Amino acid sequence: MLRGGVVTLALLVLQPLAGIPLARRLRDRLRPPGALAEEAFLGACIKCGQCVQVCPVQAITLADAGDGFGVGVPTIEAREQACDFSCDALSCILACPTGALSHGLKQKEEVRAGLARLARPELCLARRGEPLRGLARGPGFQGLLRYEDVDRWNPLPMARHAYDREVCDLCVLECPIGESAIAMLPLPAAEGGGPGRSTPEVRSGCVGCGVCEMVCPAEPAAIVVDPRANWSSRRKPGPAGGLV
Amino acid sequence: MASVLDGLALVLGRAPRRHPPSAAAAAIHASKRGRAPKKHELLEEIDEAAGNHTWRNRRWAVLVAINLLFTLSFWVDVQLLEGSLTASRLLGFHLADVYSSALVMLAQKHVAVNLVIGASTVALFWGLLGGRAFCSWVCPYHLVAEWAEMLHLRLARRGIVSDHPIHRGVRTAFWVLFGVLALVTGQTLFLALNPIGILSRAAIYGASLALVWVAALLVFEVVYARRAWCRYVCPIGLTYGLLGAKAPVRVTYDLEACAHEGECRKVCEVSHVLDLTIKGRAEEPKLDIGPDCTRCGLCVDICPTGALRYELKGVKRLL
Repeated sequence: MLRGGVVTLALLVLQPLAGIPLARRLRDRLRPPGALAEEAFLGACIKCGQCVQVCPVQAITLADAGDGFGVGVPTIEAREQACDFSCDALSCILACPTGALSHGLKQKEEVRAGLARLARPELCLARRGEPLRGLARGPGFQGLLRYEDVDRWNPLPMARHAYDREVCDLCVLECPIGESAIAMLPLPAAEGGGPGRSTPEVRSGCVGCGVCEMVCPAEPAAIVVDPRANWSSRRKPGPAGGLV
Repeated sequence: MASVLDGLALVLGRAPRRHPPSAAAAAIHASKRGRAPKKHELLEEIDEAAGNHTWRNRRWAVLVAINLLFTLSFWVDVQLLEGSLTASRLLGFHLADVYSSALVMLAQKHVAVNLVIGASTVALFWGLLGGRAFCSWVCPYHLVAEWAEMLHLRLARRGIVSDHPIHRGVRTAFWVLFGVLALVTGQTLFLALNPIGILSRAAIYGASLALVWVAALLVFEVVYARRAWCRYVCPIGLTYGLLGAKAPVRVTYDLEACAHEGECRKVCEVSHVLDLTIKGRAEEPKLDIGPDCTRCGLCVDICPTGALRYELKGVKRLL
């Protein structure tokens, strides 16, 4: 009997799926709007998936066994499907029964899921002065985005929305927050600027939703969201309240 | 009251105790001495009962239907029962697993009102319907564990595997351990290991790698310890067992009708609750099966003499 108990205990403690990764997460995850600080968030989530069910663009998926304590906890893969706030109501926060997604948030501008960063400036079409004509992510891309001037109420497949931009500015054009979060500025001469060349500047209003990462036509994305990043973990914002 | 406390002690892991039978029970025991039907005289009834799966089939149908309701609420977007077994909304009303909610609040050190509402509703529901009825009528792990148990029994008959019973008090230790860990670490280890949540989420949101852990548990149950998770670990089952201690939905035992041949104890997941069917044990002519009983009905199906039945206390007999 005692031996059986020891075996049971050992199996539970040593089992690799929850035992090893909980010591250290493999990588930072983008979380739904309103998520508490990471450790508190993991402890507070009851892993029910109600946030998954209410999201109109199904941006939220549940993490798998490799995430240790994070198994069953909601994540967002922004490049595949970012949160574009097309629910208008932070539905995931309203759905969360535990407060792991904090009910203290009332509007999307208060969200701080992470910060956008121009990670690969050399790939940015705007900096190269190149246009974007046609689909941003190709015909096979599954992601949804709300185009307010086409349909105010239903997000549409990006694969059915062709663009015609003289110079690519999708990250600015589609940002659900607007110019307080990201703006297009002339590319300084020192960085290879010239006629028709510009560069996106991430500003203090950025909520880290990841729409810019999803819509970026460069492959891989020139602009990405750093989950959980904030301004104090980065350089100070530039004179215009922004930084690239 | 004493019997309720006895029942609770049994749930927590104490071995069944023997008390002297009442005068009425003693009279029945005495009358059976020498004249009770021998097992060979009952072979026909036993054979017939072994093929009877009335309650098991009803139960499986209910279990599948409830879990399917979760799945369809998401996939077909009928929105009746949103979420999964750890927490959900039924037509918008919060439901939450009692133990999981308690763990989350211990980890958070914060009372989440929605969880309290959801867990109270669920506690009331199972308090009436019979505590661990959750296990056998709703829990998806219970279903796959039943299949693993069938396999275990088949292999055991051939002598390929054998059961290694573990002290049932281990489950109480886990119940406390997971709670203390949540309080101390701020993380809910149990919810990461919980095969019920893993299976429920897999059924709703799609298969996951975490199913490997569930499979490992099942293999352990097949080759080493029969129904190990449900019997020796699951704090969710223990919690519902405690909550259902006074539940009016019961399996009841009729000493007069019992042939003491022991078929019921062979099929029971928690056979200690049926120790009172051993010859000479029953303290009263009519007894309720204790709170660790999952109300699964396997004993009701297999009893060759109808001595075990479902009953709704306070209302006339269900069957």
